[in-house]
Formats: sequence, C-alpha cells, structure tokens
Amino acid sequence: MLSNSKNKNPYTSSQLSVLVILRMLIGWHLLYEGLVKLMNSNWSSFGFLMQSEGPLKGFASWVISNSRILYFVDFLNKWALILLGLCLILGLLTRFTSLMAGILLMLYYLNNPPLFDTLETAQGNYLIVNKLLIESVTLIALYVFPTGNIIGLDMFIHYFKRK
Amino acid sequence: MPKKIKKNNDSKNKDKLTREEKMSRRSVIKGLTGVGVLGAFGYLSLKKMADQPAKVNLKEKLGLGDASSIKKRVSDKNKELLRIGIIGFGSRAIDLAKALGYLHPERIKKAKENKTYKEWMAQENLNVSINGFCEVFEDRAQYASEILNNEDQPGGGAKLKLPIKRYKRYQDLLNSDEIDAVIISTPEHQHAQMTIDATKACKHVYCEKSFTRTLQEVYDVYDVVKNSDIKFQLGHQISQSAAFQKAKQAVANNLLGKINLIETTTNRNTKSGAWIRHLQKDGTTKPGSFNNIDWKQWLGNRPEVPFDVKRYYNWSLFQDYGTGILGQLFTHEFDAVNQLLEIGIPKSVVSSGGIYIYKDFREFPDVIQSVFEYPDRDLTLMYSASLGSSNHRGRVFMGKDAKMELGSNVKITPDDNSSKYETIIKEGLASSEYPMFTYPEDDGIDGVSSATTQYYARRGLIDTKIDGKTVDITHLHLKEWINAIRNNGDGKLKGNIDKAFEEGIATQMAHISYMEKRRVEWDPINRKVI
Repeated sequence: MLSNSKNKNPYTSSQLSVLVILRMLIGWHLLYEGLVKLMNSNWSSFGFLMQSEGPLKGFASWVISNSRILYFVDFLNKWALILLGLCLILGLLTRFTSLMAGILLMLYYLNNPPLFDTLETAQGNYLIVNKLLIESVTLIALYVFPTGNIIGLDMFIHYFKRK
Repeated sequence: MPKKIKKNNDSKNKDKLTREEKMSRRSVIKGLTGVGVLGAFGYLSLKKMADQPAKVNLKEKLGLGDASSIKKRVSDKNKELLRIGIIGFGSRAIDLAKALGYLHPERIKKAKENKTYKEWMAQENLNVSINGFCEVFEDRAQYASEILNNEDQPGGGAKLKLPIKRYKRYQDLLNSDEIDAVIISTPEHQHAQMTIDATKACKHVYCEKSFTRTLQEVYDVYDVVKNSDIKFQLGHQISQSAAFQKAKQAVANNLLGKINLIETTTNRNTKSGAWIRHLQKDGTTKPGSFNNIDWKQWLGNRPEVPFDVKRYYNWSLFQDYGTGILGQLFTHEFDAVNQLLEIGIPKSVVSSGGIYIYKDFREFPDVIQSVFEYPDRDLTLMYSASLGSSNHRGRVFMGKDAKMELGSNVKITPDDNSSKYETIIKEGLASSEYPMFTYPEDDGIDGVSSATTQYYARRGLIDTKIDGKTVDITHLHLKEWINAIRNNGDGKLKGNIDKAFEEGIATQMAHISYMEKRRVEWDPINRKVI
C-alpha cells in the first residue's frame, strides 16, 4: 500500500482540496514570475532594491552598489522563484519548499513594508498588511499543513523510503 | 481440512490485492496531480509566449538593433599634448573646463557628496592642458585660476603641471607660442572678431554658440576660416548623444515615412531662464563694477556705453551684444535638425513675437515663433518659444508613417493612419498611444538640477549613456575637435564651418524677419539674404 504513517491523510476531503488548490495557485504564481524574469533579458532587481525602505535598506544598497553581487542576487532570485514554484505545483519537498518560499516573500515584504508613508499604491491601500505579507504567511500555513505527501510527488518519495 | 482453509485464505488475499491495486492506482494519480497542473501551465504560457517574440522583434524589424550599433569611439592613438587657451571664463567655460578635466575644488566637494565625483573621474583623459585664459572680470579670473590649478585628473594619470598664464588681452593669448588651440566662450558680440583673429594667428578654434551676432559676420568668419588650415568646431553638442545616433539610424531606415513638419520648441518659466541674471537670490545685485571688470575689452567693437551690470550679466537681452532667444536657444534646435536631416538654409523665414511677459529692459521678444520653409524637401521647420511657460513640448519630427521625438532620448510612435505600420497596429504589437521604440529607455533626468539645467537635459544637451556609463556630451564634442586637430582630418567635425554657416544664415534670417517685420528669403545663387 502506498499509504503509510507519513502518507496518512489527517484532513477531510474539503480541507485537503482547499490546501492543495492554495498550494497549486501560489506555485503557479511564483513559477510564472520566475519564468518571466528569466525570459526578459533586461530584468534586474535594481529598480526594486533602489526603492527599498525599512529594515533591509542597508542590505539593498549594498547589493546594488556592486554589479557582481547584483547579478548574483538576480540569478538566485529568478531561479528560486522557478524552482520553488515548480516544487509547490508538483508537491515535491513540499514542507521545505513552502517554508523557503514563505521566507523569500517575507524578504520582499521587508524591503518595502507599507508603514506610514507609502500607504496608497496602484494596487490598493495598505497599512502594514499587504498582499506580499498575506502570501508569505499563507506559505507558512502550507508548511504547517503539508499536503505534498498526499497529493504530490512526495508521496512517492515517502513510499520508496519506507520500502 | 487444512487445504480448505488455505483455499479460503488465498481468495481473501486475492481480494485484498485487488483493493490495494485499485488504491495504489488512485494514489499514483493523486500524486501526479501536480504534473497535470504543470502541463496546463506549460501549455498556457507557451501560448502566451508565441505572441511575445513578435514584440521583441519589433526593434529588429525597425532596423534599430541593439545598443552595440552605437558607434564606439575609438580612443585616439596619437595623444600629443594639446595646449588650450580659454577666452571668456564665465559659466559656460566652467562646463567646458569640466569636460576637459578641470573642476573647482568646491564643486569637487559637492560632487563627492552627491556621488557624481566617480562619474566625472571616469571621464577619459584627453591629454590636454588648459594653460592660458583671458577673462575681464577679476572675480571670475580668480575662480578660473582655482579651477585650473586643481589637481584631480579624470581618466587617471598625473595632472600636467604647465604654468597657467592669465592674459590681460585676448590678442596676447592668441600671439602666445604656448597655446595651440582656443575656446571662445564670450558673449555673442565677440565671437566673430575673436574667431577671425584666432584663425589668422593659426590657432584652432572651438567657438560657442551662436556663430555670430550679425549677418555680415557670418560671411566674414566663414571666408576667413574656410580659407585656413585650422580646425573649427561650433559648440552644438547634441549630435554626440547616443539617442541622436539612433535617431539618425531611424531616419536612414525611413521609419517615419515622408517627414513634412518639424516642431522645435523652447519653454522656460524662470527669471534666470529669461536671462535676468544680475541679481542674487536675496535680490541684491551680483558683484561686478567698472573697477574690477575690463569694460572696454568686454565691449569690443560695440558702442561705448557706461558700465551697466545689467548689460554685463544679461547681455543676450540687448541688441548690441546678442540675438535673444534665437541666437541662444533656436541655434541648438536648428543644429539638431540640420545634423539629422541635412536640411541646410531655408528658402524663406517668417518670425513673429513680442515682449509679452517680462516688461523690463530687454530688447528682444520673450515669446517668438519662426517658420522656416524648405520647398525642396517638402517640409516646414517651426520654432516656437515662450519664456513664460515650462510646458515641455520637445522636438518632434512628423512623418506620414510615424513621429519621432528627440530629446534626452528618442521615441518613435506610429501614426494611426500609417500604411507602413497598419499591420502591426492591427496585431496589437504597436499603437499610436505609446512609442514603439524608445532609446535609451530611461531619460535620466534627475530632480536635483536647476530649472535651466533641466531644460537643457530634456533637450538632450547635457549627457548621454554609452555602455551603461553616463558621459558628458560636451566632452565628446570637444574630443571630436581635439581628435581632428591631432589627426589632421576635417571631414569628421560635426560643427564644421559649413554647418556653422548654415546655422548662422538661418538664425539671422529669423532674426531679421522679426526685427524688420517681414518675410525673408535666401537666394542660393548669389548667396544672399533678401
């Protein structure tokens, strides 16, 4: 049987469905973002980092000050999004991936948290809470409620490990 | 009996296996759900990307390639030291000196603070030495010495330590054996005589705009310079920018279709922009008096008048010393159009305007329009200026198929009714609402400079980007002149004497039209303005 203690399904079917759909949606989102950056040879996180305010401002300035570091950061960023997105969709190393993606999005958030000056944007009005923060915490929720071992390639990994 | 039990067990096991098999197949399908989703993603994104390449290739389709098609200026092998003298060390000369590698210590401090120091220090070392200057105002002469004695050397290498001499009269500078070439950055009324004298003294000349103050001077200077061996460069630097070169490519590829109307403009709305420059910020008059300005030398051959600080600082507002907006700002516009399209001297010009905003001591209009007809080229060049509005209107070339705006960058937008671009507009790859090509992508206008500097930056007259580096285009224009002097070839000078002649005539025609309230024509056979 392919079900073992690790693959036991602790969720009701509606809980499982919602969690899996959420995982797929976020995975799709990250994968597309990563692919677009990969295909667009002009893309760089320079613009984003230039506008950094908040706790990560020093780090951002350091990155953009050195073109080699910037290139490296851009490379890591693109591929992280692609790989994390892929793994979330496929349900591969789901817990680890969800946690890493959650941290990555939290880094984006901390680069420009809507504190008290940039409250109104083209995408909405935010006071501390914006979509990045919500998506980041959602990924943490997916880490806490993993589904890859039920609907995902992780199931095969656990099965073969067990065997 | 045991046999019977075994049989029963076998059948039970068989059932179990079947159930397991079924469950395992279901589990496999569950496990591979993600692959299905990924498949859908792949299909949709590939479909989207099938449309994309057409957009990216638009640049190639238009023949405008990538940045590497910008001519890379080859560093000149022959770098014999060139000794330059500057006549007239006012604000323009400060910019010219900076472009040659000389900056005042105070400005260096400021540059270090606002992080432009590194950029300046990356400027190429042209191996020139400004070892002489002539300046009539003591304060400015003092400032000039401080600039020329500064040791910071852009492009590396030690600063050449030739003794710097201040000449009381410009004729002495021209007679000196220690000067090879001169830069003339005095008020307009001195340009002609100084260029003629410098040419006769066998010094190469970089003359700031405008070419001359009067029509007769245009002919006089042309004749002397044309018949000499010196290298002459007129101070219009826009043709050095990367955006300009892309524009030239666009015109060569006939991307605009038949160009029929060119709109050049000036919009300013500050006192300083209107040449009221004799007052400090607090309203007091700037320094300068008969005691520390060699007024007689400053006047040159102009009528003797008592010293007037207004005339000294705001000379472009007086008929005795300049030609107003036309000489100061239209000349840059004309040069841009002429360098791009080689239109030369217009067949006829009509000017109209008045003193509508600044009812002060000025003798020239602050709102003026001039229309230049080119029936041989089937186009009209229009110049429209106001010193009472900062509504930036750009420099627009209108063709049957597209329009091109040339400033600090170049933007080409297709026309709704174009036959050439009908297909790509229909396909949604381009639209008349936004440019289909912009180069460079950001215009690099910073919010820190003064309104006047921003005006020049917007018109593409300050700097350009080459290989990602910001380069001062005045530096490039001077470099072109210096290379020509060293290589002894004349064809490559963009601001050569023939172009200067065309600029001079066109500007004078517009000026005369305004002053005499009539239409002015050019007789190309007799080479006369009628």
